[in-house]
Amino acid sequence: MEPLLWFGWFRADIIAEYALLFCRGLQMTITVTLICIVQGTGLGLAIGMARLAHTRHAPASLVCKYLLRWPSTVYVSFFRGTPLFVQILLMHFAVLPLLVNPSDGLLISGEAARSLKQNYGAFLSGVMALTLNAGAYISEIFRAGIQSIDRGQVEASRSLGLTHARTMYHVVLPQAFRRMLPPLGNNAISLLKDSSLISAIGLAEMAYAARTVAGAYSRYWEPYLTISLMYWVLTLGLAYLVKKLEARYGRGDTR
Amino acid sequence: MDEVIRVERLRKRFGALEVLRGIDCVVRAGEVVCVIGPSGSGKSTFLRCLNGLEEASGGTVHVGGVSVHEARTDLDALRAEIGMVFQRFNLFPHKTVLENIVLAPTRVRGLSATRALGRARELLAKVGLLDKVDAYPNQLSGGQQQRVAIARALAMQPRIMLFDEPTSSLDPEMVGEVLAVMQALAEEGMTMVVVTHEMGFARQVADRVVFIDEGLVVEEGAPGALFDRPREDRTRRFLSKVI
Repeated sequence: MEPLLWFGWFRADIIAEYALLFCRGLQMTITVTLICIVQGTGLGLAIGMARLAHTRHAPASLVCKYLLRWPSTVYVSFFRGTPLFVQILLMHFAVLPLLVNPSDGLLISGEAARSLKQNYGAFLSGVMALTLNAGAYISEIFRAGIQSIDRGQVEASRSLGLTHARTMYHVVLPQAFRRMLPPLGNNAISLLKDSSLISAIGLAEMAYAARTVAGAYSRYWEPYLTISLMYWVLTLGLAYLVKKLEARYGRGDTR
Repeated sequence: MDEVIRVERLRKRFGALEVLRGIDCVVRAGEVVCVIGPSGSGKSTFLRCLNGLEEASGGTVHVGGVSVHEARTDLDALRAEIGMVFQRFNLFPHKTVLENIVLAPTRVRGLSATRALGRARELLAKVGLLDKVDAYPNQLSGGQQQRVAIARALAMQPRIMLFDEPTSSLDPEMVGEVLAVMQALAEEGMTMVVVTHEMGFARQVADRVVFIDEGLVVEEGAPGALFDRPREDRTRRFLSKVI
């Protein structure tokens, strides 16, 4: 292909040549981000509730402490206290081989394990690591959101005879959710950007596409500037979406 | 008359602080009991122990024959029979007036939406707020919010109503409208326990007044007797400050 220069130095032809690779990378980045947002939110809600679990009477109070509060606290502490990059490496090179292994995988073994690992290994471990990491951060958002709701709301609901679960579902979480939207939005943006780290274990997302192109041409400005712009557009889009949601659900909050 | 609430030797500690130091009290069906006393005397804590919002540190509370502070008691079922009105209203800010009222009847009693809405409108008519069905709590005045809160509690058709200083966070000109609703309720024969600083209301509406100080019942009796001829010195001193 004829070198096509923009502004005298930007080799646009390289980007054009690898357009398909960038598009596939974009698709993968979006897929991974969406899966991790959904799973991380579910996990974060569960962990956040576990961290707040308490009850008055033994033995249920002991169950709450040792089987819910304590493990969830350790979990959150670990995933917030270690680098995501290390978590991804640990997941890919240590945990995944333990679970999925042709000879003695704990979850899957045999020929299925070989092909699964070959085709989806990086995807699986990347998504698992990012989900577990996001779950830890999101659980803190849920916990803070739930704790920010006035005690009187729970008392009013419980004295009407609503159970703890119904109080959470109908009274506390809808109010907490409004307050959690801005931090959840920030978290989604972080997640999108952090997904680039999965390129280190060979997942063909945007950062991986840029690395491939950079390696092929020994040109760095073009591919990395291109994906930077793509990330930027994506995060701006996400931020816009969160703002829309806030405008829609933010009403009625008096505090 | 049947007794619906029986409190014996009720104690409550918050850490080192002993708020209730052995309260005895009986409330009969249809009775209106006003609980008065200085701030920090434990009267609100006493009320909150009646429906298990606070856990007792000692003694027993029976409501409708059910022991409140026992692990195997179904507190949710019991609370459905006990309405409670709070000082700070505690309406659900994300729900309209109507939604606030129908939530518990539909979810706890399993009432159909149509029936619950019908009953909610009746109750709102009764507290004079039929024009506010679709308003959100933050669009209402304090007095209106408290009347909605009363309607919300009544929607469960409780056997007992507990009021925790229901007029204490209201502007003075709104106190009357809330007390009027409570008085009407008393005249219908509702069993009520009212923690209040409104001595006029206690004198006029209560069947019995209980004076609590420092976690103990100092004196109780008919409002006429207690207000005009208090037996205890402490009662006399308290009344001289508030009346």
